[in-house]
Amino acid sequence: MTATVAVVGASLAGLSAARAVRARSFDGHVVVIGDEPHAPYDRPPLSKDLLAGTSTLEDVALGTAADEALDLEWRLGTAAVGLDAATRSVRLADGSEVRADGVVLATGARARHLPGTGGLAGVHVLRTLDDALALRADLLAGRSLVVIGAGFIGAEVASTARGLGLEVTVVEALPVPLAGPLGPEMGAVCAGLHADHGTRLLTGTGVARLVGSPRVEAVELADGRRLPADVVVVGIGAVPNVEWLAGSGVALDDGVVTDARGATTVPGIVAVGDCASTWSAEAGRALRSEHWTAALEQPVTAVATLLGEDPAAPAPVPYFWSEQYGSRIQFAGSRRDGDVVRVLEGDPAERSFLAVYERDGRPVAVLGMDQPRLFTRWRRQLRAAEPAVP
Amino acid sequence: MIPVCPTSALPPGEATRVAADVTGDVAIAVFNVDGEFYAIDDTCTHQDASLADGWLEGCTVECPLHASCFDLRTGEPSGPPAKTPVRTHAVSVLDGVVHVSVARAEEGAA
Repeated sequence: MTATVAVVGASLAGLSAARAVRARSFDGHVVVIGDEPHAPYDRPPLSKDLLAGTSTLEDVALGTAADEALDLEWRLGTAAVGLDAATRSVRLADGSEVRADGVVLATGARARHLPGTGGLAGVHVLRTLDDALALRADLLAGRSLVVIGAGFIGAEVASTARGLGLEVTVVEALPVPLAGPLGPEMGAVCAGLHADHGTRLLTGTGVARLVGSPRVEAVELADGRRLPADVVVVGIGAVPNVEWLAGSGVALDDGVVTDARGATTVPGIVAVGDCASTWSAEAGRALRSEHWTAALEQPVTAVATLLGEDPAAPAPVPYFWSEQYGSRIQFAGSRRDGDVVRVLEGDPAERSFLAVYERDGRPVAVLGMDQPRLFTRWRRQLRAAEPAVP
Repeated sequence: MIPVCPTSALPPGEATRVAADVTGDVAIAVFNVDGEFYAIDDTCTHQDASLADGWLEGCTVECPLHASCFDLRTGEPSGPPAKTPVRTHAVSVLDGVVHVSVARAEEGAA
């Protein structure tokens, strides 16, 4: 009987897994299951070029001509609703079942909604292609945008909307945006881009409620202020799509629990990308890395694990980027509170600089703004310095 | 042919960028991989970024922004987000100076 690998999830992590399965010369059956009707597409442009209208659906498609030779069976538009870990059977929303010898869990994450805002017209989250197209239509028709949450998605949407000519206000509950990923000092520097480009940023402010019916008219803040809004974008993080695995026997803890090589607690089942909470030796804990490069790199390791081959060492240095108001922000490494930040090149006030995060005198992370060449050298240096995973 | 730089100015593992004035405002990235020189279009086919600023590993350069990888020998991308190859250009060394012969538009990566 021909062996089957089922890849559950058809975004970057799922496509990367399917490619990795074939790259390992697996000649059995490969089924890729996706809840969205679309073929795999790239999500970073959804808040940037696609939202701005400067790239097309064709541009953001991930598939290439070479993928046609992979002989994949696509089950798109059909969510996985259950998993029997013992038989490695994936149940689909249409009532069918895919029984596999190996399963790659790559169901990603979904945007977190603001409670009580369901059904209100003009209120958006941004995660999928359909989200982006709906938001773009509203931005083109609107004059004022309020973004709730000043994380990367919120900041990028604010930047794109400014470019489209809207008046933009960003509301952030924390005192300093991006303090989690970048630390308070550099978070404040990046958040300064908003004011540079005419976006109003309100920090340390919660949202009490959204006003309007059937269409949003304003955002009311916890301190009573009311911000008029034709369009509202909620960018308050993402939730892993793992509820369908409840009771399956696969251990869950803010995502699918895996070791550094992608193995879940059940043999023959690995997990990758935004749905996976993967052990990180560097961080000393499991991390759910919601970044593009992780979705690209983790499957290479996890698929080797799945096929019982010698896994390549996991990519050791996390990397992500953001583009806001024409500035390119790049970050690599693992930051912790207490790391010392030193600016080695340029000047944050000039919005062009390179900063290194140090712990015990050792560089552990690097941040660049419009310094791609220098940043790349530092990123390489961090990777070289990384101890091998035992 | 466009003179790029003396070979001594481009040691192994390094890259430089040169304007290809023959074809207008196109820039070309030239790499030294263990003593072998390679030249490709400098601008990533995914988004505006200079591949000469990228991460060189073996015969592959990784775009400094979004991690698209290109094979210096063929110009082919080996992974997303890029889907389109960059052109490759012939490199020669004359009297200790690296030169690039710019491929015509229809040439390059096959």
